[in-house]
Amino acid sequence: MSMTKRDWQSITLSAVLLAVAACLPLTGDAYMLSIGITIAMYAVLATSWALFSGPTHYISLATAAFFGLGTYTTAIGIENGLNYWATLPIAAVLGAVLAALVGLATLRLSGVYFVIFTLGLAELVRQVVTWGQNVSGQKGLYVLTDITEVHIYWQLLVLGGIVYLTGWAIGRSRLGFALRIIGDDEEVARHSGINTSRAKILLFMVSGATAAVVGSMLAPRYIYIEPALAFTPMLSFLVVIMALLGGTGRLWGPLVGVIPFTLLWEAISASFPNQTTLLLGLSFLVIVYLLPRGFVGLIESGKRRMREREAFA
Amino acid sequence: MTTGPTVLSLRGATKRFGGLVAVNDMDFDVTEHEVLGLIGPNGSGKSTTLNLISGALKPTEGTISLRGTPISHLSAADIARRGIARTFQLVRLLPSMTVLENVRAGAVFGHRRRWGAEADAHAMRMLALVGLDRRANAHVGELTYIDTKRVELARVLASEPKVLLLDEWLAGLNPTELEEGIALIKRLRDEGRTIILVEHVMDAIRSLCDRCVVMSTGTKIAEGTPEEVLSDPEVIRAYLGDDDA
Repeated sequence: MSMTKRDWQSITLSAVLLAVAACLPLTGDAYMLSIGITIAMYAVLATSWALFSGPTHYISLATAAFFGLGTYTTAIGIENGLNYWATLPIAAVLGAVLAALVGLATLRLSGVYFVIFTLGLAELVRQVVTWGQNVSGQKGLYVLTDITEVHIYWQLLVLGGIVYLTGWAIGRSRLGFALRIIGDDEEVARHSGINTSRAKILLFMVSGATAAVVGSMLAPRYIYIEPALAFTPMLSFLVVIMALLGGTGRLWGPLVGVIPFTLLWEAISASFPNQTTLLLGLSFLVIVYLLPRGFVGLIESGKRRMREREAFA
Repeated sequence: MTTGPTVLSLRGATKRFGGLVAVNDMDFDVTEHEVLGLIGPNGSGKSTTLNLISGALKPTEGTISLRGTPISHLSAADIARRGIARTFQLVRLLPSMTVLENVRAGAVFGHRRRWGAEADAHAMRMLALVGLDRRANAHVGELTYIDTKRVELARVLASEPKVLLLDEWLAGLNPTELEEGIALIKRLRDEGRTIILVEHVMDAIRSLCDRCVVMSTGTKIAEGTPEEVLSDPEVIRAYLGDDDA
């Protein structure tokens, strides 16, 4: 496929932004770095979530299941003498397999049934892990590595770059076009000759594998992990809210939501630590009512209005 | 009359919904380059028959074959890829896309699969065929009713189907549009396409169909040229009731 001048421009711009972001640790500010990791983590999670949910409109609340799976893969792997780097691809494969299984079982479900199932899945995996720990008598796992916060941050940036390239490639492929058609009208998609289940499962696997790798990368940061931390449903909800705030219509949409929301969330968690769930719910309502298509929608309708004004002038 | 090779055949195709027999033991063949009208009163099972052929529904019994190969066990997507494409009774377009993108969907994923500039060029040719090439970049929300039908038809044609299924494609058009619509389908017919059309508009049936299959309460009650079946007493009874026959 040929690359247009615009493609090169956006790739160059993305690479420059990524390089600038990679310089953050040079400030030497530990607090900035900590926020940087959180932003990078949610940016990767929300972008990969939107790769699947953006075009298909299937809202998945399973992010925590994949994330936790990755976290535990790394923790258990290191405990059993595996190299940290070896646990990342294992987590990716396990995440993709779990996504494929969930996809086969549920992607025939539509709308709210799919949402509930994915939420239940995260809870199910958490309960299974908790049960497993009760049986073995352990409460949690220690993840002791020599990986520092800076390393985690850079790893997340690299993963983010990979996710962006993947999303960009999918957007230009038959698969991407198939998903847009599925999102518009699944019946038409089927009758046009698209294997809708396969397309959806493939994208869900990309999304699941990415979330699992993010979980792996974050494991050394937590040092001590337990199911309630690794599989927290809050993570799934935050990813959905941030992606929707940014808008899922464009690849860069979720990022535009992640940055302001992470900063806002930091402020909320610091000032109202006991009301976070309530405020999360409120922000969700505000986004859905006021910004149904996110910042992307806002920007694009602004652009259209500008163009119309020019046309009439 | 039926000179060409058989493209599509139904043998004992039956669809039951619980106790209701929507399509009962349907047998008919469609030969190459033929336009077959599937007619009958409302609720007689025409659309269900079309749904069985396109794979939207699976037959409870019986087989449907495309050029001798059974297809009734396949998914709608596989059937579309084998070369059976359909329009819907209520027009279904892809609302977030432009006219051209809608048609490209057929060109990219249908019976003959294209990609990139080739798919776009093919989609443009199909738009020209239905007379919409000037609106290629319009958003589908801006179109008039007949134009939405044209887009759907172009999308279906873009997949280069061996058999084209038109489910009441002419329904809901005003008299001027109807004339244009009939002329358009006549053009497809003259190109030698194989078409099954479910239709209520009698003018269209008379001027377009080589042969008609008449259904009533799920069963085939007549088959023949439009003149033959429309003068068949049983067909008249099915449409108008006993008193008028």
